[in-house]
Amino acid sequence: MTTFLRDTVTVFRREFTPAWREPVGLMFEMGQPLLFLFLFGALLDGAVGASWQWFVPGILVMMCLTGPMAAGYYVLMELVGGSMERMMVTPLNRTAMLVGRTMKEMAVLFAQAVLIIVLALPLGFELHWTGVVAGLALLIVFGVGLGALSFVLAVKSAPDGTLFYTVTQVLLFPMLLLSGVLLPLDSGPDWLRVAGGLNPITYIVDAERALFSGQVLGLPVLYGAATAVAVAALGLFLGNRTLRRGV
Amino acid sequence: MIHTRGLTRVFSLKKKQTVEAVRGIDLDVEPGQLVAFLGPNGAGKSTTLRMLTTLLPPTSGTATVAGRDVARDPAGVRARIGYVGQRNSAGENFRVGDELVTQGRCYGLTSAEARRRAGEMLELLDLGPLAARKPGTLSGGQRRRLDIALGLVHRPGLLFLDEPSTGLDPKSRAEIWSHILRLRETYGTTLFLTTHYLEEADSMAERVIIIDDGRIIAVGTAEQLKNDLAGDRVTLTTHTAQDAGRAAALLGGAAEGVTVRLRAASATAALPEHLRTLEAAGVKVATAETVRPTLDDVFLTLTGRSLSDDDLPA
Repeated sequence: MTTFLRDTVTVFRREFTPAWREPVGLMFEMGQPLLFLFLFGALLDGAVGASWQWFVPGILVMMCLTGPMAAGYYVLMELVGGSMERMMVTPLNRTAMLVGRTMKEMAVLFAQAVLIIVLALPLGFELHWTGVVAGLALLIVFGVGLGALSFVLAVKSAPDGTLFYTVTQVLLFPMLLLSGVLLPLDSGPDWLRVAGGLNPITYIVDAERALFSGQVLGLPVLYGAATAVAVAALGLFLGNRTLRRGV
Repeated sequence: MIHTRGLTRVFSLKKKQTVEAVRGIDLDVEPGQLVAFLGPNGAGKSTTLRMLTTLLPPTSGTATVAGRDVARDPAGVRARIGYVGQRNSAGENFRVGDELVTQGRCYGLTSAEARRRAGEMLELLDLGPLAARKPGTLSGGQRRRLDIALGLVHRPGLLFLDEPSTGLDPKSRAEIWSHILRLRETYGTTLFLTTHYLEEADSMAERVIIIDDGRIIAVGTAEQLKNDLAGDRVTLTTHTAQDAGRAAALLGGAAEGVTVRLRAASATAALPEHLRTLEAAGVKVATAETVRPTLDDVFLTLTGRSLSDDDLPA
């Protein structure tokens, strides 16, 4: 366990150092969700009567999807380049390789979340401490699973990466829309709601919205937590298996 | 340092087809040796190396590397070996110095120790001024030195190098080799490397292992292999084709125009003898030349194919 933690820190520090040395890229990463929040959020506010309580967690889930996917892209680059192979020959803990990378994305997500919440407060966002902390914890579990899945996808797509780009482009966007991250599904036709019900991201989004409204105990949170844990377990299982079989 | 028995790797392709990339290899490498692993593309060099470095689990057979079994204790093997792959070891987004520190930490060194070792490696491989640069800005030779530095941070007793000098200009190749040899003198590292530069294997390696079609076909010093398997080449020319024919018949060679080609275990000893035989028979010899065989001749004798024809960098 101690080597796992040490190795996770090693991987995290490696991934985080370039962002630390050149924070400009980090600032751009922050910029996009802010644009969404203010331009799209302002629009929604009038259109469907959705509150900031509804919109802020949606944005966070969306960022939680894009971060780990970006991590997969870097894995692909490192697989093609040879640096992944070099790390694979070191005794570095394999799970730490998966978790450390996602933790970097989660650190960015955390900073983004704080920024968004601080900026949304004057607009009428109510802060429920317990809910927000639990919500972020849930996103971290979910993100670790997604990061690991993205890692597996990158390994399977190497060296040309076609599979990776196809899945992330073709699959991710519909899944994002079908989860009701940006627009509520309630007003949509039946087939859309059924499709949404089959989408695991929907449960995460619902749980986050409940938590950000201060409803810590309840079915949406339970379903969301179960989904996040399932995704994390599946991701880590497949990720470890992929690493064991050799890349 | 390395002992394998019946090491085999089978890859399964689509439609239930399988390819046996490595077929039951027995290898023994003693500590401190510099071993060159030679063979054409697709012979199983890289697959073998990937199994020995725990990157790929063997399908069957056993391999003990640095005292640990690759299948039962891969982490134990990893902690004791260094590896310099064919491609670039450093990530493009990271500074040279940062990657070296990370590499030390991957081997469980403390931050302070990892930084100290990184500095040491930068010094050892003449990379000092490049610590704050990214790999993309380095020359081919500098990148290769960085790869070697990354493989050495934890001072392994055994270092695997996959084509360490491929794609470099002659000056950089010579530099890389001087670093590799110095390293050996300083730390007594056992070196196991693949190369397709035959002359490198010939001049640098103490032992040459030749692999073809997944099997080891020859093991020995370059000198042994050349003497036992190829022999020196002797080329004579005569004034007339008729004389060449007679000379070939007398000495057991092959004639082509006025040229006669034959092989001898030791040309320097055989040539005076041959010349006396020919003089006694009244054959006039115009020129005589002897050439030491190359490892390519060894491969040609063993397989009927030339190594240099198809063994271009992948």
